[in-house]
Amino acid sequence: MENAPIIEFDHFTFQYFSQAEPTLHDICLKIFPGEKILIVGPSGSGKSTLGHCLNGLIPFYYKGNIEGSLKINGKETRDLDIFQLSKMIGTVLQDSDGQFVGLTVGEDIAFAMENDCVPNPEMVERVDRVARMVGMENLKKSSPYELSGGQKQRTSVAGVMIDDVNVLLFDEPLANLDPATGKTAIEIIDDIHKKLKKTILIIEHRLEDVLHCDVDRVVVINDGRIIADMNADELVSSDILKKNGIREPLYVTALKYAGIKVTPDMKPGHIWSLDTGKVNEELRKWNRSVTHPDSSNNNSSILRVDHLSFSYDGVHKTLRDIDFDLREGEMISIVGKNGAGKSTLSKIMVGFEKEDKGAILYQGDDLKKKSIKQRAEFIGVVMQNPNQMISKALIFDEIALGLRLRHVPEEEIKQRVRKVLDVCGLAPFIDWPISALSYGQKKRVTIASILVLNPRILILDEPTAGQDYRHYSEIMEFLREINKLGITIILITHDMHLMLEYTPRAIVLSEGEMVADTSASIVLTNKELIEKANLKETSLYHLAELAGIPDGTQFVQNFIDYERSLAS
Amino acid sequence: MKARLFSYNYEDTYIHRLSGLTKLVCFLLLTFAVMFSYDIRVILGVLVFSVIILRVSRIKFSQIKLMIYYVLVFIVINAIITFLFAPEQGVEIYGTRHVIWQGIGRYVLTQEQLLYQVTQFFKYLSVIPLGIIFLLTTNPSEFASSMNKVGMNYKAAYAFSLTLRYFPDVQRVYHDISQAQQARGLELGAQASMGDRFKNSLIIVIPLIFSTLERIEVVTNAMDLRGFGKLKKRTWYTISRLTGSDYFSLTLSTIILAITICVSVFINHSRFYNPFI
Repeated sequence: MENAPIIEFDHFTFQYFSQAEPTLHDICLKIFPGEKILIVGPSGSGKSTLGHCLNGLIPFYYKGNIEGSLKINGKETRDLDIFQLSKMIGTVLQDSDGQFVGLTVGEDIAFAMENDCVPNPEMVERVDRVARMVGMENLKKSSPYELSGGQKQRTSVAGVMIDDVNVLLFDEPLANLDPATGKTAIEIIDDIHKKLKKTILIIEHRLEDVLHCDVDRVVVINDGRIIADMNADELVSSDILKKNGIREPLYVTALKYAGIKVTPDMKPGHIWSLDTGKVNEELRKWNRSVTHPDSSNNNSSILRVDHLSFSYDGVHKTLRDIDFDLREGEMISIVGKNGAGKSTLSKIMVGFEKEDKGAILYQGDDLKKKSIKQRAEFIGVVMQNPNQMISKALIFDEIALGLRLRHVPEEEIKQRVRKVLDVCGLAPFIDWPISALSYGQKKRVTIASILVLNPRILILDEPTAGQDYRHYSEIMEFLREINKLGITIILITHDMHLMLEYTPRAIVLSEGEMVADTSASIVLTNKELIEKANLKETSLYHLAELAGIPDGTQFVQNFIDYERSLAS
Repeated sequence: MKARLFSYNYEDTYIHRLSGLTKLVCFLLLTFAVMFSYDIRVILGVLVFSVIILRVSRIKFSQIKLMIYYVLVFIVINAIITFLFAPEQGVEIYGTRHVIWQGIGRYVLTQEQLLYQVTQFFKYLSVIPLGIIFLLTTNPSEFASSMNKVGMNYKAAYAFSLTLRYFPDVQRVYHDISQAQQARGLELGAQASMGDRFKNSLIIVIPLIFSTLERIEVVTNAMDLRGFGKLKKRTWYTISRLTGSDYFSLTLSTIILAITICVSVFINHSRFYNPFI
């Protein structure tokens, strides 16, 4: 390793013009050529701002005040523009769909060269070379939208590597990816690091997923300051993660539940480096000691999906013979790959689409004749992106909207909105403009605006997508609270933690068919189901293997039961 | 799935296979031909030709219905206004005066005015299918490069092509938002009054605008980070080599334009076809 750092923050402070306080305080950080660094922090910690300072979006696009120094390749960044920086640092943004500008993979990879006026023959040659590096040489003519998640990631990486950059910056590469694709993405990054010796920076809050592959150092950021800069083993053994709202790896949580002190010499940074030799006996003892609460639900059926089939075009079946029964007060998740039919199923339940065959029964009554508006009286749906639902400036008006549209008397509206605001913990914000709320709070507002109609069933599409641990817990605990009030909850999700911690039962869809209706612990440990739903095996299962516990699925179930007993 | 309103839809037809540049140039040539000529015979000829091409490219009426209605309303209003402000325009142009109906005051209907306005009506009408064909059969990504090749600033061309590209997405989001708001009790049907319908449409449009702005931020960042807009010019990775069909279409369009000009120069001796002398 060379001695001169490739990136050097020296007492660097940044303040957006629109903010009263600096977002980054006095950052000192050195990154050396060839290192692979993970930068973690909760939402609003300043980790994305740090990335923007590196790639030049600050101050080119987002304006603000810079103090101190940031050098890249020994050059002060404030003397460079975004175009010069883009030759040294290549940025792969999250949401790869949003950043494709080319018609084909080849054209997209060439985009930066086109802007540089590189002559055509040279472009073709360089695209060929880079496409080979990332393994996309046979797909140069495909449309980026036809690619799988992993191939999209490769295309984005190729698009920034075309400039022969020394540093690759990945800004939340895992956001919006399902667990299986996320795992592939991390492996692709690792592969590039090993083969091409680039310096890699990964900004993420999903720590365990990034630690699927090796990293040199983990930098923890919170409140605009660097909290820690150490290797994964030390970090995972400390209490820094917990204090800063970052989820620790699940296997570490399990070890702690078993009363085991996690120390750096156990190499707990990655599940594949973990050595449980000395503590296996303790772990096995804990596993035997977990008691099982009686969690069977004997309520009557609230919603029955009866041999349901559906097709958009009359030829290709989007859903085939879906059949399950939901009891009142249950909280379940529906999982499956993109395009497996999850969203379509929820659209049919609320009446946005009409089933071709079969039926949806609410408390035994066929819903076929009920309109969207009528169904909304007992089944509510909350969209993934709260910005796609909010249309009023004030919280009160937004929540009251559904009632006003139903011509409920204003007196009653006031009462009902107030009650819902209390339930949702939004009462202190009653007079606030919605624009002043955080993403998680906006999500609550959209949930409240549906709850006010008193539905018995609530369907949520990816309620925690893109949320950090604190917001995730906040939203999920809130959903658990309303579930306790007797509302049945259906979650459409990719999030394995969510399944594990909140929904005892999961329905797995694959290519329009229901391939499983079983407990979350089975779905997350069964190889076939994992593959069909684009999930990945939970690290708890590997931990069980390490400790020589034969029934891994039972171990996962014990973990869930133990966690639930702590919560209640 | 519902045919998407007014957006690129890939079909394997002769027209779809032509390069974007060819389609743009043909569109400009033919449009110029109809705009240049005031000969109703020529204009009807081009109209028939463009309707045939519309059939060839398998564009369904349902895709373009809304646009056709809007344009028809526009042309009809235009015709009425022309008559109100210049009822003697035809007489001035053709130099004769054959009264059909005395009318009221200065509003006398003459054969000359009728021919002039009918000609103008078909002029506008024949451009529409041409424009629709160009927009609906050209991949939005090919737009930017073709427009840039005929001399348009590449940044403007890109902005235009990105707008078209995201049109289907915006429609999908609109549809999603509309359904979610209907579940909250929003009525979009004819039962509601005009004022209510306007207020209700805001309930959908406001979230749509905000979510579209989010997308725009993502794509502009991505483009900035890869050096878009750094230089005055740019090169293109994809060079679409023109095929025989492209040359054939270009030749055909040029011939049509040439015929139009010849008709004006040698037969009509002016841009107008005058049957009155």
